[in-house]
Amino acid sequence: MRVTLWGTRGSLATPGAEMARYGGNTSCVGVVGREGTVLVLDAGTGIRPLAATIPESLRRVDILLTHLHMDHIQGLGFFAPLYRPDVEVHIWGPGSATLRLQARLMRYLSPPLFPVNLSELPCKLTFHDISSREIDIGEFHVCSALVCHPGPTVGYRIAAPEGAILTYLPDHEPALGVLRFPSLPREWTSGGALAAGADLLIHDGQYSAAEYTGHCGWGHSSLNQTLDFGTLTEVKQLVPFHHDPDHTDTDLDRLIAQAIEETKPGYQITPGKEGTTFEL
Amino acid sequence: MSSPKPIQIILARQLASSLATPILIVDTDGTLIYYNEPAEVILDQRFDETGELPADVWSARFALADEAHQPIAQEDRPMMMALSERKPYSRTVWMRCGHREWLNVNITAFPLLGEERQFLGAQMIFWEI
Repeated sequence: MRVTLWGTRGSLATPGAEMARYGGNTSCVGVVGREGTVLVLDAGTGIRPLAATIPESLRRVDILLTHLHMDHIQGLGFFAPLYRPDVEVHIWGPGSATLRLQARLMRYLSPPLFPVNLSELPCKLTFHDISSREIDIGEFHVCSALVCHPGPTVGYRIAAPEGAILTYLPDHEPALGVLRFPSLPREWTSGGALAAGADLLIHDGQYSAAEYTGHCGWGHSSLNQTLDFGTLTEVKQLVPFHHDPDHTDTDLDRLIAQAIEETKPGYQITPGKEGTTFEL
Repeated sequence: MSSPKPIQIILARQLASSLATPILIVDTDGTLIYYNEPAEVILDQRFDETGELPADVWSARFALADEAHQPIAQEDRPMMMALSERKPYSRTVWMRCGHREWLNVNITAFPLLGEERQFLGAQMIFWEI
């Protein structure tokens, strides 16, 4: 599978020269299988440039939402295939205890917050509520599970037929409520089973270790926790992702290097920069 | 290694580990998958030492009697009721672990239901009277 980072920023889109290398678009990752299956992971503002790469011949796209915080859905209304009547768009994501996914999304994709109603979109649109499930989408086998983040939030483990595993946990606080992280085994750690042995883990690394202490419970991880989570789950490569909007390129270079120095991971770290592509 | 736990169970353990109330958590089979430090005092054993315990093993560790000191059958115990009927159950009982003194406690057990009411296990709280 080919994995491309189209938006790596957390919380809020951050245009600006000082953010240009890591990128300012919010969470969006494209996954293309060898047989042509296209998955879009989250619909942050990075989904707009991703859409420009989708070929005219494609007839189905699946968007896998981890949760419905604004930075993960803000680009949805600007996803060009939604306006093509010849395309099936399947949106997967978590409902809540009282509302289904479609009803939750309509709170944003309707006036006055957005000028177009979901029901007016010309594509063939289907919603799939998903929490902890296993599904097949084209050539991919996808496992989802609820993870630790405020509100219903899932992570995804995507397996290609050739055996490659991608795990996507963009908003995740596995250290919540744990005095020392990691102190519990993998099976007792949020997201542990999703990430176990993954070839590529894309994971929340919003804060520095110092910043995390003031943001405990906000649903995100420090870079050190992220790298330790990668060690616990024995991943082969990790992409720190969902960068804090206040972190410039210079800050991120320094913070990631510092986290690597302090945690000494025994696997590859590739900082999450917009436009980076991985072949798994 | 035990099986991966659902996030609701993981969070229940994290909450229990930070509370002073004795709490036990069991999975859908009744296996005791976690008990916190205050519960360790009541059960006279440490979770780090025992790990997970099958239902028949952990429930045999203590005796329960009703307020008239008549023994309560295994299937009528609050946790077993919560597991079998999947609804909350609360009862004031006498409890004794091994040869220690009888304690008068209120036990409240309730099922843990996830999304779409998926049954995940149950939790039990001891409240000494």
